[in-house]
This record gives sequence, C-alpha cells and structure tokens, in this order.
Amino acid sequence: MPSNLPRFSARLRLLPLLAALPLLSGCGLIVLDPAGDVARQQGDLIVLSTVLMLLIIVPVMALTIFFAWKYRASNKEATYKPDWDHSTQLELVIWSAPLLIIICLGAVTWVATHLLDPYRPLARTAPGQPVAAEVQLLDVQVVALDWKWLFIYPEQGVATVNELALPVNRPVRFRISSSSVMNSFYVPALAGQIYAMPGMETKLHGVFDKTGEYEGFSANYSGWGFSNMRFAVKSLPAGEFDQWVAATKASAEGDLSRAEYLKLEKPTHKEPVRRFAASDPQLFDAVVNMCVEPGKMCMHDMMSLDAAGGAGIAGIGNVRQVAYDKFAARGTVDAARWSMRYVAAYCSAPVMSNDRPDAKPVAPEMLKGEGLPVPARPERTALTAPAARPMS
Amino acid sequence: MIPHPAPETGPILGKLSLEALPLHEPILVATFIGVVLGGIAVLGLITKFRLWGTLWTEWFTTVDHKRIGIMYMILGLIMFLRGFADAIMMRLQQAMAFGGSEGYLTPHHYDQVFTAHGVIMIFFVAMPFITGLMNYVVPLQIGARDVSFPFLNNFSFWMTTAGAVLTMISLFIGEYAQTGWLAYPPLSGIAYSPNVGVDYYIWGLQIAGVGTTLSGINLVVTILKLRAPGMGLMKMPVFTWTSLCANILIVASFPILTATLVLLSLDRYVGTNFFTNDLGGSPMMYVNLIWIWGHPEVYILVLPLFGVFSEVTSTFSGKRLFGYTSMVYATICITILSYLVWLHHFFTMGSGASVNSFFGITTMVISIPTGAKLFNWLFTMYRGRIRFELPMMWTVAFMLTFVIGGMTGVLLAVPPADFVLHNSLFLIAHFHNVIIGGVLFGLFAAINYWWPKAFGYKLDVFWGKISFWCWVVGFWVAFTPLYILGLMGVTRRMRVFDDPSLQIWFVIAGIGALIVAAGIGAMLVQFAVSIWRRKELRDTTGGDPWEGRTLEWATSSPPPDYNFAFTPVIHDLDAWYDMKTRGAQRPVDGYRDIHMPSNTGTGMILSGFCLVMGFALVWHIWWLVALSFAATIVGAIYHTFNYKRDFDIPAATVAAVEEARTRQLAAGA
Amino acid sequence: MSAKTITADAPVQFYDLDEHAHPEGYSTMLGFWIYLMSDCLIFAILFACYAVLGGSYAAGPAPKDLFDLKLIALNTAMLLFSSITYGFAVLQMQQGKVKGVQIWLAVTALFGLAFLGIELYEFHHLIEIGAGPQRSAFLSSFFTLVGTHGLHVTFGIIWLVTLMFQLSKHGLIAANKRRVMCLSMFWHFLDVVWIGVFTFVYLMGVLR
Repeated sequence: MPSNLPRFSARLRLLPLLAALPLLSGCGLIVLDPAGDVARQQGDLIVLSTVLMLLIIVPVMALTIFFAWKYRASNKEATYKPDWDHSTQLELVIWSAPLLIIICLGAVTWVATHLLDPYRPLARTAPGQPVAAEVQLLDVQVVALDWKWLFIYPEQGVATVNELALPVNRPVRFRISSSSVMNSFYVPALAGQIYAMPGMETKLHGVFDKTGEYEGFSANYSGWGFSNMRFAVKSLPAGEFDQWVAATKASAEGDLSRAEYLKLEKPTHKEPVRRFAASDPQLFDAVVNMCVEPGKMCMHDMMSLDAAGGAGIAGIGNVRQVAYDKFAARGTVDAARWSMRYVAAYCSAPVMSNDRPDAKPVAPEMLKGEGLPVPARPERTALTAPAARPMS
Repeated sequence: MIPHPAPETGPILGKLSLEALPLHEPILVATFIGVVLGGIAVLGLITKFRLWGTLWTEWFTTVDHKRIGIMYMILGLIMFLRGFADAIMMRLQQAMAFGGSEGYLTPHHYDQVFTAHGVIMIFFVAMPFITGLMNYVVPLQIGARDVSFPFLNNFSFWMTTAGAVLTMISLFIGEYAQTGWLAYPPLSGIAYSPNVGVDYYIWGLQIAGVGTTLSGINLVVTILKLRAPGMGLMKMPVFTWTSLCANILIVASFPILTATLVLLSLDRYVGTNFFTNDLGGSPMMYVNLIWIWGHPEVYILVLPLFGVFSEVTSTFSGKRLFGYTSMVYATICITILSYLVWLHHFFTMGSGASVNSFFGITTMVISIPTGAKLFNWLFTMYRGRIRFELPMMWTVAFMLTFVIGGMTGVLLAVPPADFVLHNSLFLIAHFHNVIIGGVLFGLFAAINYWWPKAFGYKLDVFWGKISFWCWVVGFWVAFTPLYILGLMGVTRRMRVFDDPSLQIWFVIAGIGALIVAAGIGAMLVQFAVSIWRRKELRDTTGGDPWEGRTLEWATSSPPPDYNFAFTPVIHDLDAWYDMKTRGAQRPVDGYRDIHMPSNTGTGMILSGFCLVMGFALVWHIWWLVALSFAATIVGAIYHTFNYKRDFDIPAATVAAVEEARTRQLAAGA
Repeated sequence: MSAKTITADAPVQFYDLDEHAHPEGYSTMLGFWIYLMSDCLIFAILFACYAVLGGSYAAGPAPKDLFDLKLIALNTAMLLFSSITYGFAVLQMQQGKVKGVQIWLAVTALFGLAFLGIELYEFHHLIEIGAGPQRSAFLSSFFTLVGTHGLHVTFGIIWLVTLMFQLSKHGLIAANKRRVMCLSMFWHFLDVVWIGVFTFVYLMGVLR
C-alpha cells in the first residue's frame, strides 16, 4: 500500500475537494498543489489520511443525525429499550473499527515519515524521475535574522537577503540556523518547514519541479517584526539561475564579511532584497557555532572542552561582556547585562563545520511492504551512489 | 526601532513609573475608562443595596463547594468576555491589514493581544469553568457534604482569581507578554523580552497554578475518600470518573509547569542559563518541558466535558449509558496516553524520523479510546427516547463538530503532513474546533443542564436556542476559512498580509466571529431573562427537572448547605434512577446534627498577599516583595493556630429545611 | 440491571440513617501524600534538567573542580541524623510524651539548621570564586536543584518550629498528632530527595 500511496492518493486527491469545496478550485491551495516533489507528496499524504479517516467519520456523523432523528422523543413508533446498556459484539466493533483505521494510518505514517524526513537527500525530483548520479546537490545556507532571511550560496559565492533563487529540477540542501530566536523556514511550494534555531543546525532537502515565483516566510513567531519576515522564492530554469548568480555577483553591494554580517544581524524589518558576494566559506559554520563575533569561543570548542571535563577553576573568569549592541533594538538595556555575556576564545581555532553526512536517499518506489520481494529494477543502480544503499 | 525600552529600576517603585501607563494607546484608555465606570457602577449598586456583608459572609469567605463552584463559573465568564474581546480585535486586524495597510494595531499591541487571548482562554476561562463545574457537581454526585479540604478549596479559588487579576492589571499598568501563549525562550528570555510583559505572564500563571494544583489534589482526595456508602469505583457516575482522571492529570502535570516557569523566571531574574543561547543553555528544553505539561492540559480541559456529554446523553435519551465499563477504560487510556504525545507539538524541530513517527503514532492511538467514547454516546441514543432540551442539543452539536476537529488533529499527527501545516491557520482551526466544539459546547451543555440544580429554575429556552444556533453557525463560519487559509500556506500570528486574495477569507472569518459574538450576547440575555422570569421557570419537581439518573438530582434545588440530610446508600450506577424506580422513601424524621466546616476569610487574604507579591515581583519592587512574602508566611502560620474550623448544623435546623422541602414536593406532585 | 439482581421484597436501604461524620482529618494523610507526589514531580523536573545540562560547563569548572565530598558527606550526615531524630520524636508521640516529642523536634531542627548552614557555606564559597549560577548551565541547574531542596528544608524548619509552639499550647491532641505525622512525611521525603542529589550530583559528579 505505501508504494501506491502517491498514485492512489493522486486519484483521490480531487475527490473530497470536488465534493466538499467546489468554490476553492481557483483559490490557490498551495499546500495541496505545490511546485515541488516533496511538498506534493506531503499534500497527497494529507488527502490520503483525510480519506482514510472519513471512512469512519462520515458513518459516525450520519449515524448521529439518523439516531437523533429516529429516536426523538416524539417518535413513539421507535423501539425504546431504557435498560439496554451493553453488547459485547458492538463493543468489539466500536473499539476495533478505529483501531483498524489507526493501524493503516500508523503504517502510512511510519513509512512516510521516514521517506519524507527533511534530513534525507532526495532520490527523485518528480515521480519517475530519479536523480542522476552526476547531479550535484545545490547547497544553500539559511540564517534567520531579526527580521529577515539570509541565504548564502557557498558554491556560487553569493549571498542574498530576502531573496531565494533555485534552479528547477535540481535537488537543494538547505542548512538552516538562526542568529537570535527561533524561527521556522517555510516555503509552502517547496518542501515543508523546519525550525531555524540559534546555535543549532537543521537541514531540509527539497526540489522544485515547476518554475515560477513563490513565497517563503517564517512560520514561527519571533517577535516585533515577524509579520514582514517574508522572502521571494524564484524557481528558475538552470540557465536563468546561472544568469541570476552572475547578476547577483555583479550587483553585490559588498562582500559578506564577518563584520558585515554583524551589521546585517541587527534587528530591522521590511528589509529590501540585498545582494552580497560571499567569500568567507566559514561564515555559516561560525553562525551555527555562535562565534561570528571576534574573540568569542565557538560552541564546538566549548563542547569539546566540556566533554573533556571543562576548563577548571581557571575557566571561571573567562567570560566577557558583549560590547556589541545586537540586543539594543530589542529594547534591552543594562538591566539585563548578564544575558549579554559570552565565553571568550582561548586562541583563534578554526571553525569546524557541523555538517554531518545524511542518511542515504531512498526512492519511495522501493518500499513494497514487508515480506514482498523487491522486483528487479536495473535502472536503480543509476539512482545514487552505489556503495551503501541500505535497501538494495 | 522598538519604542519600548526596558525601564530603569528605582529603589522605591522598582521599574514602575508613570510611563508604565499606556496613555498613548487610545483603545486601552477607552477600555480603562469603561472598566472604571462599570466598576464604580457595580460597587455603587452593591453599596446601595447593602450587599457587602452578604458578599463577604456568604460568598467570599465561603467554604461551601457549591458557592465556590459558582464563583469559579462567574470568574470564567468574566474572563471569557475579555478573551473574546481579544479574539474580535485579532479578527478585525487580520481582516483589515492588506495591501500595505497596517491595520489598526501596532505590532507591540497586536502581539500582546494574541498572547493574552491564548493565556486567558486556557488558564482563566477554560480552567475556572471546568474547576467550577467539578467543584459544584462532584460532591453532589458522590453523595458527599463537601470536598475533603474546604478551606483549601476557598484558597484555591482566590489564588486562581489573583492570577486572573494580575493578568488583567497588565492591561492598564505596563504591558503583557509578546511571546505567544507558551512564551518560548529565547524570545521570552531577558535578552529579547526585557520589559515586564513576560513577568506578568509568569507570575499570573504561577499564582493561579498554585490554586489549580491544590484544587486538583482536593478533588482527587474527595473522590477517593468521600463517596457515599456502596459507591464502588465502578459505580461512580461517568462525570465523576472523568473528573477524577482530569484531576489526576492536574496533580501530575501542573507541577511541571510550575517548575518550568520557575526556571524561566530564574533566567530572567537571577541570570541563570537554562534556556539562553549562550553559556550552555538549551531553549529547546523549555519547549519540551512546557509541552509535557501542555498536552495533558488539553485532556484536563476536555475529559470532564466528556463526562458531561455522557450524563446528558444518558439522561435525555432516558436510557442507561451504553458501555459504561469501556467508557471508564477509555478515559483511563486517554489519561495515560496523554503523557506520551507531547513531541507532536514540534515535529519540525528536526528530531529525526523514528522519534517523530513514534510520537505521531501514539497521538493517533489516542483517537481509538476517543472514538470508542463517541460510539458509546451514539449507542446510548440508539433505542432511546431523546428529548431535545438545550443540553442535548449542545451534545449533538458537539458530536458533529468534534469529530471534524478530531480528524484534523489526527491529520496533524502525521509528521510529513505536519511539516506543511505546523503553525498554520489550519492548526488554529483544528484546536479551536476541539476546544470550542468539545470544551465550550460541553460547558454550555453543562450550564444548561445543572443550572436548575444550582438555582432552582430552568434557563430560558428561546434565548438558549438563539445562542445555540449563533454559536454553531458562527463557529463554522469563523473557522472553515481558517482551515482553508491553512491549506493556502498562511501561518499564525501574522499581523499584516501581502496577498490580497486572502482577504476575503479573513473577512468571512470575521463575520463568523461576529455571529459568535451574537451567540455570547444571546447567552447573556438568556441568563438575564431567566433570572428575571425565575418564578415562571421554577422547577416544580422538587429538584429533578430532567428525570435525572445520578445522585445530585436526589436533593433539592438549590441543595441545602449540607447537600443531603441523610447520606444515600448506592446500589446501582444510576443511583437516583434506581432509587426512583424502586420507590425509595425519603426519610422525614430522625434528623441529626450535621458537622460542617466554617467559613474563613484566610484564603482571600492570603491570595491578596500573593497578588501584591506577584505585582511587586513584576515591577522589581523588592521591599514590597519581601513584605508581602513575609505577610503570606505569617498569615499562613497564623491560620494554623486556629483549631476550631467546623461547627454543627443543629438537627432542628435540618428538620425545618427538610420539612419545607416535603411541603414543596407535596405541592409539586 | 441490578434492580433485577436484588429481589424486590428484600429490604433495601437507600439512606444511611445511622450516619457518623467522617472523623476529623479523615482525608489529610492521603491529601498530603498526593501533595508530596506533586512536589516530587517538581524535583523530577529539576533532576531532569540537571541530567540534560549537567555537562554544559561552558568552558568553566566541572563538579570535580568544585565539590568537596568530605563537606558534602558531613552535610548528608546532618540530614540523615535529622531524619532519625524525627523518627524518635514520632516514637515519643506514640507513647504520648509531649516533652519527649518537643526535645527530639528541637534536635531535628538543630540538625536541619546545621545542614542549611553547611549548604549556605558551600554556596557562598562557590559564588565567591565566581562559580555562581550565572556561570554555566551546569551551575544554573546545580544551584536550582540543590537550592530548591534547601528551600524545602527551610520551610520544613519553619513548620517544625511552629509545630513546637502548637504542641506546647495544645499538647498531643489529634490535630497535632496529624501534623506531626505530615511533617514527618515531608521531612523523610526531603531526605529521600537528598539521597538522590548526593548520589547523582555530588558522587557521580566527582567520581566521573
């Protein structure tokens, strides 16, 4: 069943919508009709789960209305059994009917959650279109700032604020973090959302299979300027993407150095699109490790020191006040001085990347359910790197 | 850029100064004037009719669970009006702020409004309502004279009220939190919320939380220890069962909230690093902790109402409840499972597929006992004689509404679906669908059902029906657009929008909210009209207007202080129905003295000290903190030196009350 | 249903005509026990926080740099002794000897105060060298866990002193006996919590 999941649900997708919400055909339910393979599977899953549950919801609602009408007090014809309060068969039915639905839904959930895990690299860009081995992932580093989004393209050496351009049909890997508070990185047309959290890195894999202009935003409230934390998302053909990169380089207002980042990081809202050249390959890792500020100890250094048992009594005094006024625009003044302290670096150690290898991509077509043999599919070898395929 | 810097701290007034008054916000000034005028009018009327003495001796200091229950309901109702005003403000803002319009609320104001709406509706509306309901009904249903700890009950009520008052004070002095109703750090930390809003949030909840925890302990013990003879656990009415489970959940989850908020306040006041970004703190730990409390909280709210629906369905179908045993086990299942699902509130944190699927599937599993309950109500109606009085109408509306909310809830429990719907308006529509469709509809059923018990006359049916239809229609008009907007990828807590095609949906939702407002208005009219026409609406059956089945209908309406002159002996689940059918004779002589707890003002005074302490803590007025803390401790100790806390109602008084009832019964028959 | 199981002519009693009120304090022990469990949950959360954050030294000092096991052993002994002496007080109460109860309660209070004194000395020392609760998440969770326990002991002592006054005023009446038993539960509960603190925070911290 999971293997037919997309096909089955694709057939059913329009059913409830057509039946229940004919008005909505033209109103852009982007979640159910997105422009990326991952989001489309997620949308299909919504429809499939809804249909599964309607199997029991509709009879219950119908029975409620029917019983309420049939056994109304004025209907003296209807049977009246005031002492009837138990029936083992009925009890079995009323417990097992929801149980069966949940077993089905649970199985779908388990499979779909693993297949659509945002950390898992994609095996296909659209149904029936596996990712070729030579296709390189596009890396985009995303930082949620107060209240704007920074996108760094390490390969291309450019960075943008509040504008995300992606080549169509090329899988993208987002590495996501935040500079101050929690946000959620969400492009509904692309691939679901994941939190952007300070000092932590999350990942999201997605791919566009249609070109067009879409919208992205923060889906987790982050304070004063949250409502305007939106960005334009362009899905471009490969050639146009290269042109976009070149144009961005040409129109860059400067290099996104650490000093420039610290300026950019200060709270602003309704920030226009800005373009930078990005030459510091370690900037994002420094953001994740919260050590962009000069002289601040990186999280990974701190954690390795902690793992080795801390820095002893001598480490107590190694704390400095933040001189830098990132918080000032949040209204923070001296009253909250302790919250603006940090641990000083011992020496200028290189920033390490938190980027760990991901799970291996799995094509949804491969999961045929337990006990069923996987049919031979010779073209599969071309899908991804051959060495460590767990399912083959 | 943000025009609200944290104020300087002085030695006498702490952070408090004239600048804390929101004189620049015309909406707040107008509200303030309205509240002051209304307040003066109420106080004037009380003085004019010389009601202060009655209020103090019969209500404020009472330890009678029935009066405390009624006071809880009044508190819930007042706070409900405030919370709903917030809702209307949000609907208006979101319907306006399109195409470059900023609407009429600044971010500073709007962010407070949605935070206050959530906090107030959960903590100061839903919680007082269900606590009040349980307080009123449970002792009557189990044939007890009062709760186990009557003084504690009074104290709990006043602590809840003190929390509500502190929260309301934030409207006019200072500001409320701008963090969302769960105040996730680091946003709620001192670095990003340096002002007093989050402190109001913390102390309002901490003070009310003490009340809630104590009242939870009180009711658990009451149910376990004070049941009438013969009432084994499996002969308890379903409402008592669900109350027991809800109170066990309170006792086992509110301390988690208390501890979590303590840690947050230490971060803010002392400079610790529990939830900070730097120096080893872990903000995501707060998110986990708060939801380990937060998910059981949902079931604390809804379980008692499941009990109400069971009582109502059985009574108005004129039929024994179908599947009592499975109903009880379903309740227990839900109670236990509610602790295994908290992570579904943040699948998008990136916990990994196996963890996410585990919590997703446990969430779905909860729908099995819930579904079984629904079928049980359904088969209680089956082959019944259903009288569509107001409580039953609310119950049917609940069954039809709640299943949709349940369905969308299970949908959100599928992690990949949650990745696209998390924090969207779809989520908002879902939880309003279960909380309004489950908790509020249940409360309205309960109010219409037990009002005659509490006051001796029924509620007006005409206005009740108007209210019913406005609510049900208004609910769907208000929240269907939110479901649709969620599928259009619109997220929550947005103040302004770019896409003009969304506006129509927000306008429809706003109209829905206005229809709901009409429903609330009709309900207030219903109360007023019923009080006015109380003679016509009088219950002439001597306390059993609905042909009830459980013990609370065995006594008069309103019940005497001591509830039952003679404690009933229970032989059957539907104890009162059993007594009626087998012709139990109410004893009319041989009365004895009845031992009852005496009233005390200590609870109100101690809560007043706590309120002052909360206010002083919010504003960093340290001398006042020390003073009010000392006063609380000394007051509590002083109270323990009072050993004489009860009295006897003489047998003659009991006899007089009961004889009056005998005459009334004879006249009614 | 049960209407059918009981024959119609059997005399069925529907009202308890010979009712006796529940004795005073009938539910107190259960209620207090449930309160203790809810309090236990607060400690559970604090322990959990310590388990999560206990290794986040923020490049600062670790338990082995800070804790003096000998001092803590002495501290633990104080609290354990106080539990034993409280037990003696309860034994005296069962024999109906007010004076004996008073004496043992006083001894208990002294041990409790000694415990608090040592704890405050430790806290003072840590804060003085700069290892206060603000230095790292580990120290935040340490101070909060141990401090919350200390706060409970403080309130226990206040209660204990109050109870001594009440005993001298009213003697061993039922209400006072109940209070002695409640405080006994509270006191031993704190002892149990402290054993957890001693093991997980101090012993495992230093020996790790």
